[in-house]
Amino acid sequence: MANYYESADLARFAEVGTHNKALIDKFFEYYNMATGTDGALSKREKQLIGLAVAHTIQCPYCIDAYTTGCLESGADPAQMTEAIHVVGAVRGGASIVHGVQFLNVLERLGA
Amino acid sequence: MELPVIATTLPEAERYHFDEALGRHGLSLAPISIDTLQVNVGKLCNQACLHCHVDASPKRTEMMDRRTAEQVIAVLEAHPAVTTLDLTGGAPELNTNFDWLVVEARRLNKHVMVRHNLTVQFDGNPQTGESKEYLPEFFARHGVEVVSSLPYYTEYFTDKQRGRGVFNKSIEAIRRLNEVGYGNPETGLVLNLVYNPVGAFLPAAQEALEADFKRMLWNSSSLVFNKLYTIINMPIHRFKESLVRHGGYEEYMNKLVTAFNPGAADGVMCRSMISVDYDGRLSDCDFNQMLDIPVEEGTPRSIFEWDFDGLMARRIVFKDHCFGCTAGAGSSCGGTTA
Ligand code: SF4
Ligand code: SF4
Repeated sequence: MANYYESADLARFAEVGTHNKALIDKFFEYYNMATGTDGALSKREKQLIGLAVAHTIQCPYCIDAYTTGCLESGADPAQMTEAIHVVGAVRGGASIVHGVQFLNVLERLGA
Repeated sequence: MELPVIATTLPEAERYHFDEALGRHGLSLAPISIDTLQVNVGKLCNQACLHCHVDASPKRTEMMDRRTAEQVIAVLEAHPAVTTLDLTGGAPELNTNFDWLVVEARRLNKHVMVRHNLTVQFDGNPQTGESKEYLPEFFARHGVEVVSSLPYYTEYFTDKQRGRGVFNKSIEAIRRLNEVGYGNPETGLVLNLVYNPVGAFLPAAQEALEADFKRMLWNSSSLVFNKLYTIINMPIHRFKESLVRHGGYEEYMNKLVTAFNPGAADGVMCRSMISVDYDGRLSDCDFNQMLDIPVEEGTPRSIFEWDFDGLMARRIVFKDHCFGCTAGAGSSCGGTTA
């Protein structure tokens, strides 16, 4: 195996069903319902959330797929850029808000 | 995201068989009518867009002459069933017979549509310098339906595809069309916009995108239009070359083939039109025309040999690029086909 990640492998997703087709079929059905349809959220909003999550979990397959998915649901690079800044803000915020814990420890130590 | 399919590794010539795809779905797609004559009056254009399937540019010299234009009008006059003249190019307004064609077709009570790229209003003729600022008023006076490309409602995508400064010029051109009544449902003057993806991906749903375009163009610039047509980029000429250059041709073709929709195929535009090139040669559509694919052998192949019944009896010539008309919700000069 030359690399753990090959972009061509994204197109082989369905092969993960080789040893259990029923489970992957159920998963794909659920997946398409959750991400690929207009509902209380529009398909575009779901794709932008997907792009944000893809950057959070730093999955190259998902980043590839959701970049296309965002474009194909009418988003533009400006909207996609804002989505990943939400990721940056929430991730950064999650770190910084834990500062309260270090403040608590300081207080406990009388420092 | 659409879940991806297993990629194929067959060579190109063996892979994308449109006729086979039709056969698998029990479709034959014979002509239904010839209600539209789509006339490509020449390849001269004030722009040179990235995706242009005509390879149009300010340097092109192919141009329909008066004799051929007169034959187009003669065919329209002789056939009441052909109700629409759809003028395209290049920028069709740069043909010296353009105004005459519009006036004559309207005199015959034909519906006239023009594929108007908006910026020609300001750029004029790149070879002669002739101004085209009179166009909005001319279109309105003759009740021409205007169909204009606007790849997106913001500058980035529009300029990326059509050239720097095109978005701002296009906005001003739409404003001028609005000023003479275009896009206002009460005037009956129709301005339809055309969206095509800026890149190797499929368009979003037409209705959702139309709502976005309407809201955004109104909020940002107080502009109105009637309908938005979404079209798919055809994998031919400039767009194909750029796909091949970036190594994305196969991926794009696979995407189109995978998204084949029999419902969209049923409505392909070649079933109700004939395309005429600047020399009068006949094709099933503008894409076939650009690939030098004439109507079926044995059918009259020139506007000078026009034979309505013979053309109705033809078999439409389908090739691999036809997958661009049948993917997803389908694609035609009038938007989705499904
Ligand atoms: S305006 Fe239309 S005809 Fe002219 S280069 Fe662009 S796509 Fe081609
Ligand atoms: S490319 Fe032309 S011939 Fe092929 S399906 Fe589309 S309109 Fe018909």
